[in-house]
Amino acid sequence: MKISGSQLVIEALKKEGVEIIFGYPGGSVIPLFDTLYSEPSIHVVLTRHEQAAVHAADGYARSTGKTGVCLVTSGPGATNTVTGLATANFDGVPLVVLTGQVFRSMIGNDAFQEADIVGISRPVTKHNYLVYDRKDLGRIFKEAFYIANSGRPGPVLIDLPKDVLLEQAEDEYPESVHIRGYNPTLVGHSRQIKRIAAAIKTAKKPLFFIGGGVNAAGAAPVFTKIVEKTNIPVIMSLMGIGSFYSGHPLNLGMVGMHGTYAANMAVQDCDLLIGIGTRFDDRVTGKLDTFAPHSKIIHIDIDPAAIARNVPVEIPVVGDAKQILEELLPLLEAPPAKEWIATVKNWKEEHPVTFKDDSEFLSPGKVITAISEQFPDAIIATEVGQNQMWAALYYSYSRPRTLITSGGLGTMGYGFPAAIGAQLGNPGKKVIDIAGDGSIQMNIQELATAVQEELPVIVAILNNGYLGMVRQWQELFNDKRYSSTCLMRKPSCPHHCTGPGKWCHHYTVDFVKLAEAYGAAGLRVTKPDEIEPALNEAGKSTKYPVFIDFIIEREANVWPMVAPGASLNQVLLGKEKE
Amino acid sequence: MQHIISLLVENHQGVLARIAGLFSGRGYNLESLTVGVTMDPTVSRITLVCGGDDVIIEQIKKQLNKLIDVIKVIDLTSQLAVDRELALVKINAKPNQRGEIFQVADVFRAKILDVGMNNMVLEITGTSSKINDALAILQPYSIQEVARSGLVAMERGKKFK
Ligand SMILES: Cc1ncc(C[n+]2csc(CCOP(=O)(O)OP(=O)(O)O)c2C)c(N)n1
Ligand SMILES: [Mg+2]
Repeated sequence: MKISGSQLVIEALKKEGVEIIFGYPGGSVIPLFDTLYSEPSIHVVLTRHEQAAVHAADGYARSTGKTGVCLVTSGPGATNTVTGLATANFDGVPLVVLTGQVFRSMIGNDAFQEADIVGISRPVTKHNYLVYDRKDLGRIFKEAFYIANSGRPGPVLIDLPKDVLLEQAEDEYPESVHIRGYNPTLVGHSRQIKRIAAAIKTAKKPLFFIGGGVNAAGAAPVFTKIVEKTNIPVIMSLMGIGSFYSGHPLNLGMVGMHGTYAANMAVQDCDLLIGIGTRFDDRVTGKLDTFAPHSKIIHIDIDPAAIARNVPVEIPVVGDAKQILEELLPLLEAPPAKEWIATVKNWKEEHPVTFKDDSEFLSPGKVITAISEQFPDAIIATEVGQNQMWAALYYSYSRPRTLITSGGLGTMGYGFPAAIGAQLGNPGKKVIDIAGDGSIQMNIQELATAVQEELPVIVAILNNGYLGMVRQWQELFNDKRYSSTCLMRKPSCPHHCTGPGKWCHHYTVDFVKLAEAYGAAGLRVTKPDEIEPALNEAGKSTKYPVFIDFIIEREANVWPMVAPGASLNQVLLGKEKE
Repeated sequence: MQHIISLLVENHQGVLARIAGLFSGRGYNLESLTVGVTMDPTVSRITLVCGGDDVIIEQIKKQLNKLIDVIKVIDLTSQLAVDRELALVKINAKPNQRGEIFQVADVFRAKILDVGMNNMVLEITGTSSKINDALAILQPYSIQEVARSGLVAMERGKKFK
């Protein structure tokens, strides 16, 4: 029997276990939406912007481990996906993004709503395809799903000319896939794994450093066993958070620019650093020449190109973190590191991550600590900026895939749509977007999506009236020249404003009224004793989103901080500490 | 150091853009690139000449390997490879200069492809450095145009013992 290209696409999605698609229609994908109209097993979520569709699919994928799927139209629909693709590509998130394209005969003619999305998206996808030939359609889908969610996962884009979707052909979705240029290494080299065990056995100051790869590989349980067996302390990148229980005494927290004192000191003093599923990115290492100066480095990663790129590596192992750690576990013995463990625990006690507990102003630390206590098992999405770092530092994570954040690209506007995707993938869980007042406005239109889908997502806006992270840099490194970072500024303000004063105007927008205008609930919290009641109130919703506008201290900073270009042991603890 | 990297790639449209884009996007230095189909019509061979220290070359090879359409990456930077480039050179040649130019051509085993009233076109084949040498020698005759093919290279067979 002959079927249309659209029918084969839907067949492919079903065979790949796709239950939900985030999309936005347009002329060139009408055939696909038409086929979806009569497909009861796939829920189509209509976002209010294609960028948000990709972030939502990304939040769905990060929180479930399944491949997120998007469907958008050609031209502007396709170009709107670029930021979403780049965000997912940077953090290794499995997505399949379908874009419409003009008729094959029109490609290259500057046809209405034509865009060379394969060319545009090439550097921000793991792979992409333009389907030229109807007979390749099934194979391409099979390959795309395989590529997206194997090896180091990533987004794959398929560009679908409208006439390919309409063309009838006699075909079935293939059962198997073979790509001669793509064979990710999963099993680690046994000899290297034995070398790791030997190095750990004699290390006096060993330190585990985990990244997003541990989350992605599902390696968290075996990693926890390894820590319990060896008693080696653990630090993590932003992306590694969640893979290891935050409350564990050996968890020293996040390392790097806004890492904890203990984590940064430990890196600078350890004699064996075992990096697992991390890129050793520049936000982590600080000044490269002085990173981990006394340490041998072991590096386990699925991506050969990530190994030894930024730091010299003594024992590299390419492969899947879970498989490698499972092979490593029985070989391990606890190292002679009693003194070291005492030292790191001491660092942790000496300078824990704290916040100013003020009865008058809201401190962001207090807000997030309250969220952590009230909703201990939540999925936390974040926007980007100070809010993101505070969410990383103050919430206590206990399970993998519970911090959904744009690490590599640092995309403002990511958190809210990602939270929507995460909520759809985890209907029983509390999902909270910890937001900045700047970032939330970058995809605020998704309130409509959340309301229409009846999602009880909580958005906790840490409203400082500033693009706070940039303002913090201006305060510390540019003499408080708050250039274009105040969100309350009007022409009557002093030209060289260096901080809040009696001239400050009302905030634009009123987030409470805005939420209400969309049919969501809006709450405002201005004093510490209002935090708990507001969270209680927000927690009651099962069917509608809640915005909480936390009016926080305007010039609160993120501490600790290692200044850009400094070594990690030069940790600034902030004036709150002085 | 200069490296010669040979790639076997899927013979699809877009593959060349992926490779060129990798180099420009990551700021790697690419000196020449040649493409041609192999005996298997679904596979093309690309020969790249690129520069960089060992760490960069290692990264380049790993990044090329990551491309789905790249089937194989072979570093031919060693004595174990043969490489050749072809250049077409158009030079000013007054009738009284032709004799000299024929001699130079002979030294470099260049072929004369065309002789015109006031110019000639030579074809020179050899290693890139031989072509550089030939161009330097021909410089005094005033070179009008040069078209270089870029390098192609191949591993040698196993040596007889
Ligand atoms: C799309 C995008 N544009 C610009 C930036 C640069 N940037 C990083 S943090 C930040 C400020 C974010 O402000 P807000 O959302 O209010 O968060 P805060 O730092 O105040 O918590 C900006 C502008 C970015 N990361 N992403
Ligand atoms: Mg802000």
